[in-house]
Amino acid sequence: MTDSNRVTLTPEQLRSRRSRNIAIGLVCGLLVALFYAVTIVKLGPGILRPPM
Amino acid sequence: MSFTNEQNVGFASGVSSGVSSAPDMSIAEPKDYFALLKPRVMSLVVFTALAGMLMAPNPIHPVIGFAALLAIAVGAGASGALNMWYDADIDAVMARTSLRPVPSGRITAKESLGFGMTLSVGSVIVLGLVTNLLAAGLLAFTIFFYAVIYTMWLKRWTPQNIVIGGAAGAFPPVVAYAAATGSVSLSSIVLFGIIFIWTPPHFWALALVKSGDYGRAGVPMLPNVKGPARTRLEILLYTLVLVPFGMLPWLMGFASVVYGGVAALTGLGMLALAIRVYRHDEAVMDKKMCDRAAMQLFFFSILYLFALFAVLVVENGLPRVLSYFAH
Repeated sequence: MTDSNRVTLTPEQLRSRRSRNIAIGLVCGLLVALFYAVTIVKLGPGILRPPM
Repeated sequence: MSFTNEQNVGFASGVSSGVSSAPDMSIAEPKDYFALLKPRVMSLVVFTALAGMLMAPNPIHPVIGFAALLAIAVGAGASGALNMWYDADIDAVMARTSLRPVPSGRITAKESLGFGMTLSVGSVIVLGLVTNLLAAGLLAFTIFFYAVIYTMWLKRWTPQNIVIGGAAGAFPPVVAYAAATGSVSLSSIVLFGIIFIWTPPHFWALALVKSGDYGRAGVPMLPNVKGPARTRLEILLYTLVLVPFGMLPWLMGFASVVYGGVAALTGLGMLALAIRVYRHDEAVMDKKMCDRAAMQLFFFSILYLFALFAVLVVENGLPRVLSYFAH
């Protein structure tokens, strides 16, 4: 692909894409934290005190 | 199909012709996607769901409760996104909704559909995995009821649209109670009933003022079909049913006398404003005065519902919070 085939985004498009990417990253991170917390709660307190 | 869409033509032509111009790529911000979720409706859903969850006899673990409320909120938001996908044509001609992300062009209708469907499926799966299948099934039915029964069918067909469609907004406490207990109880059905009966006077008060908007959009709201006089009468009749029904949690013994007092006082306020709206006949009175009376009822009805559920949240939630930290 030559340079002439590459699209150039406007500053507004670049800014909105960046903000969307950050938002998706944050949501994914929060979901990971939530699923981790739910998993620990579902497994019960025993998971934090493994037998010797 | 998709490349006849104006939103996509720029991207397609920009690549194939080798022209180094900016493609017609989305300029939607995260706040636009958040707006698709109808955050104000979502906040009411979270609040009423929290009240339903706290009425459950067995305390739910705070993390599970938070995850369940999040799933219910996202499910409600998803149905809002599906509503904005289907109603893009209506929203574009109504002043109240013309700035929404789809009619304003920041998000395409298809993107709204994809966003709504993804969140619908995701929220139901998460609620099912975190709590139980009954809660997940009820949430799925709520989304279906709002998106399909109300948005696609009732809204454009009958002036009773928001009466029947109001059930979608009344389900969250039932879903949340089911999430906490795995069952449905009379108390959660009473909460459903309060929101269900509250919905017509709340929305018809707004519809009286915005009847021109609804008329332009071709939505058969009661004031447009039956006229303002019939609407004012029905607002009064529904309020007459709502006030005693709102006191049922106290009368049936699952809310305190404080709740009963708040329900009685705010209920009398609702009734006074409904009577005022009934007496403000547009045929003989200034339209601005009639609109003011209707909007006062509209805003007070929000306060009424908030007050009722706030008391339920505080009197059921506070003892649990205190006992949780006491252990």
